[in-house]
Amino acid sequence: MKTTTQKPPEPPRWARNLLRWYCRPDLLEDLEGDMNEYFERNLTTKGVRRARWIYILDALKFFRPYTIRKPKFLNLIIHWLMLGSYLKTSRRSLVRNKLFSFINIIGLAVSLSVGLLVIAFLTDLFSYDQFQEKRHRTYRVLTRNESADKSVMDLASTSLKAGFKIRETIPGVEDVTLIRRGFYSDAKVSDETIVPLEATWADPSFLKIFTFPLLKGNPSTALKEPYSLVITEKTARRLFGEAEAMGKTVRFDTLNYTVTGVLKNIPKLSHMRFEALISLSSMLGQKADSDGGLMDWNNIYQNYIYLTLPENANLSAIQAGLDRLCAAENALLDRQKINLSLQPMDTIVLGGRLSNEIGVNVPKTVVWVLIGLAFVVILSACFNYTNLSIARSMRRSREVGIRKIVGALRGHVLGQFLAESVIISVMALVFSFLLFLVLRTQFLSLAPQLADVVSLDLSPQLILYFLAMAVVVGLAAGFIPALFFARIQAVQVLKDASSLKVFRHVNLRRALIVIQYTFSLIFITATLIGYRQYRGFLSFDLGFTTENILNIRMQGNKPSLLKKELAEIPAVRQIATSSMITSLGSLYGTQMKYQDKAGKDSAMAWQNFVDENYIPLHRHQFVAGTNFKNRPLSGNETEVIVNEQVLKRFHLAKRNPAEAVGKQVILDNKPLTIVGVLKDFHYGTMDHKIEPTVLRYSADQPGGYLNVGIKSEDYPAALSSIEEAWRKIDKVHPLKAVFYDDQIEEAYKQFDVMVKVIGFITFLAICIASMGLFGMVVFTTETRLKEISIRKVLGASEGGLIFHLSKGFLVLLFIATLIALPVTYLFFDQYILTKFVYHQPIGLSELLMSVLVVMALAFLLIGSQTLKAARSNPAKVLKSE
Amino acid sequence: MKGTNLGEFEELVLLTIAALISDAYSVAICDELEKYTGRAAKLGVVHAVLNRLEEKGLVKSRMGEATNARGGKRKRYYEVTHTGKVALTRSKEVREALWRIIPGFNLEGTV
Repeated sequence: MKTTTQKPPEPPRWARNLLRWYCRPDLLEDLEGDMNEYFERNLTTKGVRRARWIYILDALKFFRPYTIRKPKFLNLIIHWLMLGSYLKTSRRSLVRNKLFSFINIIGLAVSLSVGLLVIAFLTDLFSYDQFQEKRHRTYRVLTRNESADKSVMDLASTSLKAGFKIRETIPGVEDVTLIRRGFYSDAKVSDETIVPLEATWADPSFLKIFTFPLLKGNPSTALKEPYSLVITEKTARRLFGEAEAMGKTVRFDTLNYTVTGVLKNIPKLSHMRFEALISLSSMLGQKADSDGGLMDWNNIYQNYIYLTLPENANLSAIQAGLDRLCAAENALLDRQKINLSLQPMDTIVLGGRLSNEIGVNVPKTVVWVLIGLAFVVILSACFNYTNLSIARSMRRSREVGIRKIVGALRGHVLGQFLAESVIISVMALVFSFLLFLVLRTQFLSLAPQLADVVSLDLSPQLILYFLAMAVVVGLAAGFIPALFFARIQAVQVLKDASSLKVFRHVNLRRALIVIQYTFSLIFITATLIGYRQYRGFLSFDLGFTTENILNIRMQGNKPSLLKKELAEIPAVRQIATSSMITSLGSLYGTQMKYQDKAGKDSAMAWQNFVDENYIPLHRHQFVAGTNFKNRPLSGNETEVIVNEQVLKRFHLAKRNPAEAVGKQVILDNKPLTIVGVLKDFHYGTMDHKIEPTVLRYSADQPGGYLNVGIKSEDYPAALSSIEEAWRKIDKVHPLKAVFYDDQIEEAYKQFDVMVKVIGFITFLAICIASMGLFGMVVFTTETRLKEISIRKVLGASEGGLIFHLSKGFLVLLFIATLIALPVTYLFFDQYILTKFVYHQPIGLSELLMSVLVVMALAFLLIGSQTLKAARSNPAKVLKSE
Repeated sequence: MKGTNLGEFEELVLLTIAALISDAYSVAICDELEKYTGRAAKLGVVHAVLNRLEEKGLVKSRMGEATNARGGKRKRYYEVTHTGKVALTRSKEVREALWRIIPGFNLEGTV
């Protein structure tokens, strides 16, 4: 401990200050003395650490009614009276130092606008589902599925069976509702109106648990009878126009449904959205025979259960009930475990990542990243304010001195400067609000998903948050300068202003500049690396070509019909069919089995059903074998084409492709002969390794896609003729055709959005840091103008002067670079990029580029000012003394 | 509680102040109390009692001279006022009166 130093250990300063702060002045002196005496005594008997600890405890313990200082209302009144004076002096100082005011206000305004955006975004996210009256006691049942190979999947969905069982066996549950998704069909109202509709099956409790008020119809019976349909106002207008919807019949496929209720439109901030509800009983009756698996315990992918509990329900008892239920059911399963748990409704939108999410879900990391970015930018602007205010303090120290002599206390000066910074920050808020309005539209148009999730609409509550934020930022920015001014000794300042130790805080200011530039560099490097990776994903060699291929979603039509129409268009080069589009993130797997003399083996394989034109169109490369030879029109496939990974995984024919051709594998219980082996290609996205993948033959897939090779240079004309062909075969659905390259771009859209957001923040951060640096350079050169002149008179060269002046700043930038680059590199190398199996290496060029950009800007700022100072005429400067 | 009635601890503190004569300040009072009663007297408790006694007018205080010890802070010396003395005497009389009416109270032999 510190006993060896000459100075005896002192009691903790903060504890003493606390005591001084709260204690009545007439009691303070002897009490402090008493505590000191005890401290000294404890020092010898109990050691430094204990003595300090006891001192702190005592300081806290003496906080009692009889020791507390009564607040001086006079002080508060003085603050209030002086407000006019503060405003006046603040205004004068703002006007006098236009450059600094500009830097402060614009910096704060720009950074605040980002803050406002984040606040608006968060406010929207936190107001999700607020309209649900029972939200505090509504829970969703989550499923954790553990399969034989130990892979765990957390699902938002669950099984219908669980819902029925919970209702029957678990006491203490108020209401349970069962929901099933996956109803997509064309609603036929009359011969003219056929509208594609997406509906949700729900049982009668649905309208009891959720606050979706019915405009027409009886909530307790609307979803009871089979083939009941409850539609939203919006859907009603689409189906029936202005006509009355209640009691009307709508035909889906071959069945008639009756409209039994019209719901008020679903609020935008609802995690669950639907166009129409269909009574669950209609599905149970309809599919009970054909799909026996519907009520299976492991049918967990399409159903959702929500339940309400009574107030103050015992959650652990309910969970115990769920565990019992799962244990009983899991015993009947083969090598699979399904566990249920409850998720409060409030946490759905900002909850963790779950598969099969029913609606809106924003990952928490996104929220934290946004908060972090806004925080850093605002902090940077606050640093500018702090830096420039302290640097300029010499100019205003006289004002403070006079105030103190006239009778201002420390608290008053503190109040004055805090008031000033809050005023500036509120002024900045006005600008930032305008910026916010512009940014808002930009932000929402970044990705269509964003506009779908949040609206960022203004509300009185939001405005209040904005104001609160401006005040907090003002206080944070002004705190250190205010403290600095409050500590000024009046006599000393008035005697000689230069005696003020402006440069005492020089280390603090240097540290702030280094932090600003470190963040700027981290941001810009992150942007450049991110952009490079994103471009890398787009131009990555997938193992096949995606150029000039138009993918048309069949939407239930027969491909052969459209094929015939398209074949007549001259711009169409080649037509293939596939059940899905690979490399976009969707996966479709099945169990693959292989048997040879060594034994049986089975593994998961990804698959795609294609026709014989698919491989030539996409220019997949054969390592061995050929395209499909047997081309059955429906069902009876006999052949399969595999990739190299399949051979590797099953150790098929000793991994020799040529020998593998002709071997048999079993997929979906069908024996299929390998006719070709493809070079490995990307079935998933870049964050997935290439895994065993197979192509199977299917000529006519109504649910799939047509892949159309286009040769025309005139894409609009080709597209319009394709659209014409589409309309001949389907009059209900609009054509859904997208170029493969665009689809890939869309699949990596999130990275594009991320790069844009971080890029924008980078731009702001660099601007703010540059403005701050500029202010500091201007200030330093101004205060050192005389020194420069004397140096010049004594014979210093211009170059030497510039070096002399900018040396200090360059060292700071250098330190910032030394911190920022390794941090960014390690962050990406060790953390971000490890999540992507296939990624570009981090090039030296990105790192150097970022340093170059930031440095060039800084050089320009420093250079221009120092050059100006170095070129000044020493005679003029020195004459004015 | 306010008035001339003394609590047990208050009485002890008051007696200690009287006993210390011109050297009665908080830390010394604590030490003295500890010495005679054998139980730990916490500064916080004593300080509060001193404050209350002064409020009741049983003691008065004055600040001493500043010394190098105690971080240069002065001591507050306490002195029993006339009211304080009256209260002490009264509480002693009450006790003695009570002792007198207990017949043949004898501790000899039991201790």
